[in-house]
Amino acid sequence: MTGTTTTTTTTATTAATATFGAVGAAHTRVEGVAKVTGAARYAGEVPYPELAHGWLVLSTVARGRIRAVESAPVLAMPGVVAVLHHENAPRLNGDYTNAFGVPDPIAQIFQHDRVPFVGWPVALVVAETPEQAREAAEALVVEYDEEPHDVVFAAGLPGVYAPESAPAAQKGDLEVELAASAVVVDAEYSTPEEHHNPMEPHAAIARWDGGRLEVVDSNQGSRFVADELAKLFSLDPQSVRVRSEHVGGGFGSKGTRPHSVAAAMAATVLQRPVRVVLTRRQMFSLVGYRSPTAQRVRLGADADGRLRAFDHRAECLTSTVYEFVERAAEFGRAMYDSDAHYSQTRVVPLDVPTPSWMRAPGEAPGSFALESALDELAEKCGLDPIALRARNEPAVGPVSGLPFSGRNLLACFEEGASRFGWADRDPRPGVRREGRWLLGTGTAASTFPVLSAPSTAAVTAEPDGTFTVRITASDIGTGARTALTLIAADALEVAPERIRMRIADSDFGFAMIAGGSMGTRSWAWAIRVAADELRERLALGGGIPPEGITARSDTSQAVGALEQKERHSFGAQFAEVAVDVTSGEVRVRRMLGIFAAGRIVNPLTARGQFVGGMVWGLSMALHEEAHRDRASGGHVGADLAGYHFSAHADVPDIEADWVDDPDPGDPVGIKGIGEIGVVGAAAAIANAVWHATGVRHRNLPIRPDRVLLAGAGGDRDA
Amino acid sequence: MREFDYERAHDVTGAVALLGADPDARYLGGGTNLVDLMKSGVERPARLVDVRELPLDRVEFTRNDGLRIGATVTNSDLAAHPDVRRHYPALTQAVLAGASGQLRNMATVGGNLLQRTRCGYFTDLAKPCNKRVPGSGCPAVEGEHHNHAILGASAHCVATHPSDMAVALTAFDAVISYETADGPGKLPLAEFYLPVGDTPHLETALPPGALITGVTLPAAPVAARSRYRKVRERASYAFAIGSIAAALDVHDGVVREVRLAFGAVASRPWRARAAERALTGGPASAEAFAAAADAELEAARTLPHNGYKVPLMRNLVVAMLTELTEEAAR
Amino acid sequence: MAPTTSSATTSTSSTITLHVNGEKYTLPVDHRTTLLDALRERLDLTGTKKGCDQGQCGACTVLLDGRRAVSCLQLAVAAEGREITTIEGVADGERLHPVQQAFLDLDGYQCGYCTPGQICSALAVIEEHAAGWPSAVTADVRPEAGVPQLTPEEIRERMSGNLCRCGAYVSIVQAVARAAQSSDTRSSDTRSSETKEAAA
Repeated sequence: MTGTTTTTTTTATTAATATFGAVGAAHTRVEGVAKVTGAARYAGEVPYPELAHGWLVLSTVARGRIRAVESAPVLAMPGVVAVLHHENAPRLNGDYTNAFGVPDPIAQIFQHDRVPFVGWPVALVVAETPEQAREAAEALVVEYDEEPHDVVFAAGLPGVYAPESAPAAQKGDLEVELAASAVVVDAEYSTPEEHHNPMEPHAAIARWDGGRLEVVDSNQGSRFVADELAKLFSLDPQSVRVRSEHVGGGFGSKGTRPHSVAAAMAATVLQRPVRVVLTRRQMFSLVGYRSPTAQRVRLGADADGRLRAFDHRAECLTSTVYEFVERAAEFGRAMYDSDAHYSQTRVVPLDVPTPSWMRAPGEAPGSFALESALDELAEKCGLDPIALRARNEPAVGPVSGLPFSGRNLLACFEEGASRFGWADRDPRPGVRREGRWLLGTGTAASTFPVLSAPSTAAVTAEPDGTFTVRITASDIGTGARTALTLIAADALEVAPERIRMRIADSDFGFAMIAGGSMGTRSWAWAIRVAADELRERLALGGGIPPEGITARSDTSQAVGALEQKERHSFGAQFAEVAVDVTSGEVRVRRMLGIFAAGRIVNPLTARGQFVGGMVWGLSMALHEEAHRDRASGGHVGADLAGYHFSAHADVPDIEADWVDDPDPGDPVGIKGIGEIGVVGAAAAIANAVWHATGVRHRNLPIRPDRVLLAGAGGDRDA
Repeated sequence: MREFDYERAHDVTGAVALLGADPDARYLGGGTNLVDLMKSGVERPARLVDVRELPLDRVEFTRNDGLRIGATVTNSDLAAHPDVRRHYPALTQAVLAGASGQLRNMATVGGNLLQRTRCGYFTDLAKPCNKRVPGSGCPAVEGEHHNHAILGASAHCVATHPSDMAVALTAFDAVISYETADGPGKLPLAEFYLPVGDTPHLETALPPGALITGVTLPAAPVAARSRYRKVRERASYAFAIGSIAAALDVHDGVVREVRLAFGAVASRPWRARAAERALTGGPASAEAFAAAADAELEAARTLPHNGYKVPLMRNLVVAMLTELTEEAAR
Repeated sequence: MAPTTSSATTSTSSTITLHVNGEKYTLPVDHRTTLLDALRERLDLTGTKKGCDQGQCGACTVLLDGRRAVSCLQLAVAAEGREITTIEGVADGERLHPVQQAFLDLDGYQCGYCTPGQICSALAVIEEHAAGWPSAVTADVRPEAGVPQLTPEEIRERMSGNLCRCGAYVSIVQAVARAAQSSDTRSSDTRSSETKEAAA
């Protein structure tokens, strides 16, 4: 890593233009010192006098009704101040929509006696100390009238349906083109249930202060949570304030979840500050997860690899209380040209928690299946996998017919192939050995949609020559706080040290959440607009009053006026693996990702986003899998020893870099980098495992038992 | 976690006296397993007797008597001890393969031997488990068992013993020393863990209230040529799905002495005596190694999702003994 | 002295004295209180993080008598009499420790929640290596084989008890390697300055 700078404050007299050009130069995190010294406070860490501690009690049956909550003995336990449940909890308003439509009812806790899955919140025990709350929660007896449940996901279950929310895409006559194809790949793939598991468990402290509900929360969008709490509790939106200064990871899991609702509810009932922190185990049923998928891909091509038929069908699960679709089949809609195209995700409701967005939702499992199938097609056609992708490069959106705002996929492959040493690769599988290890390399493409969402920002010129930016952005580890500082500095033509970036406070107004790889792009746009206006006002001359001069922005109109185009990031993933087929162990030896993902604001933190995503892909390929128990309907091993994600020893020296790819549709040229690193990474690893062993692993994770039983050699499937 | 009394013991006699005959009292060592189980409600002691400061923290080696390890020696100190590394390298490797640097600094030898299974049904109070609640059933047999036992299990429990360290100790004929109110006693590790049968809740042959005071490994020159290998679902910081401790003495292509023990395949660290018998006095060849593994694994009883452990252990036996043979030839 | 002899003691709680970052804190604790909770909830030292509360993630790593340990499985009452170092005690006033500086400069983190544990663990990894401890990836653990180089592979294995869900492992390993190098350099610097002083 080169070119890092530190945040050592330069004097305010530095010429304003001296560091103009902060965007694009490496900059350490503005909150870095706080994070490495332990001074950064996360949601559960803000002390309040009289703080009470809430502990959630979750259902132990997968379907049925609560017959009784025996709270009396628990209320007599030391320190216990309340037991909230469906018979005594305040009524919530469940009839509302949020920015994403009708919400998952998981937030509407304690409103009825129905239990739709194991791990549904049935009570909150509040006590003076965490130890007392935990013991009392464990002691609370809840009786159920149990009903038969069904939790086992598989392809082709009777209840599977085509959701209106995720329509099929169709072009041409698929069966005709398949019949006319010289080469056909028809393969089934599966991915397991995966959990976000951010390192910081969901936590919230709620209290009433001066007539306002004040919540310190771990979330990905404080304004969204504030608005939703206001709706749930039928409060004036202005009377709810949510802050989330530091957030210990989110990955899609940190929206309005039972922890913040429970804290707000208890603070309202008890009229004292209440904290609710989820346990690691509780997170497995309360904060969403990635649905397992069963996918079938059929590709038909001419002998030279040109695609005639493209067919990707996926199935996923949802709960019985809410429809969430893991849109795995949509990954290829902007990727490859073909005469006929069909893609559709179907969904089946089961007695399980509702899945949710998890880093690269849809794209992560979808790219595993499709980019594996492309590798299989390349093998059958006797083509290099990169040449196959180049042959099917579309001029316009393959399904939409819309022009691309920019498409630099092949530039990524070219750069990546050169740096990875791809040209020297012997395409034959199973022929490289080093001791007990078989070696192989693989590649895959990635893509992720580029979207913007309306946001507001306020930029204030202070009398001391500094600038304060206020925006309800959220830095869940992405480096957004630092990136926005650099963007504001350039927009105001001052050094980054003169920018005070204040984020994650719902009082700052509406802004996009940290999600969909849209956060920094959407926030930067709003900051840029406000900063431009402020500069114009400052250019008029005159002094700055004590309260400063503030310019505000709202990008709703500008974002709404964006021309319809195929807007995407692209990338090329490369992996080298070593496989011991006698023990089943797979080790990733190196990975390289080259991305075309818009203007890179801060190379230092951007590299972390890409590499972190690739680590997720590695983890998905080899480790991650939640186990659900058919008999009880609940998880087995719902903790970090039972649910493995990659540890230090699993992760080699992973390299990520990018090609020049500024987005013309964005004032700063940003596209978004939070998720694309995950996409295609698991396929690149699976393709490398095939290259090492000659066995196609179509079911994730590629566990030792699967590798061992599949063995090596020949054209084997696992 | 229920409330409990806490007392810190300063000598062995005092510790045993403090615990007395109280069935609700537990010795607290490093706490890495006990405190976790108390949090999940699997263990609900009313009283803890902290034995971490007992003067049982020495490792001593003599060529005649072998290795004596005090019960409160931490995993880290055991693994780092020069005599252990020199004379029982597989023991160092086994300890280092377990848990993490932090946990090894806390965990003690005595506690390691007494740790409970990591079976996901055992640690979840909402689910049945014969080991935790006798007679409630073993859902793993029909449920999630891809990392459960293939040897020495029963229909009542298919959980595995999670220790790496104990696998190496088993290979080296460890003897456990303990103290009770009635005086000291000894138990060979081979008799320390009880057969599962229909009583999976009864795990060790220690008398009630007994405090483990140490472990002795008899002198065994073969142990100097030993190794431990662990296979798991990530490269580190995970429990084994199969592991092996092996020591081998080969002369002129003939096996003079061999020690083999398996981990993560049985309710206890599994000494592979059938394999050892098959190998001793015979040729040190891949065929012989495979045949010996088969002899041991003949007793394996697999479930639908753990059958891979049979070829896994067979392959590990062959690979490990081949490596040790090649090493001896150098 | 056993805590149970303390005057403010009931059968299920004790008044204890904890030595944290060179300070003494006397406080009554419920015996159930872990060292992690005592630090975070009672002493307002919230830099030590709770990621799993089960010894499965390493976010709560502190140094106990100079050795790294997970504070979530350490009962506070059993930590009495031991020297505890938390992330708040790592820097020298305003001056960051080289390990902290390397994490900052090389972006060895993202969300920052595992970071205090990673840093405390890294401090210990450097010490353990200096003491000659082998690891699970050390090819030959016999003392005659000597101390292994602190390669990236060795660092990865030794740091594996600290999970990072953001996937910042690559830069964390770089940071630990840089800090380990600088600690080598520093100790030789110290020696040379001592020599100079002696000469003067």
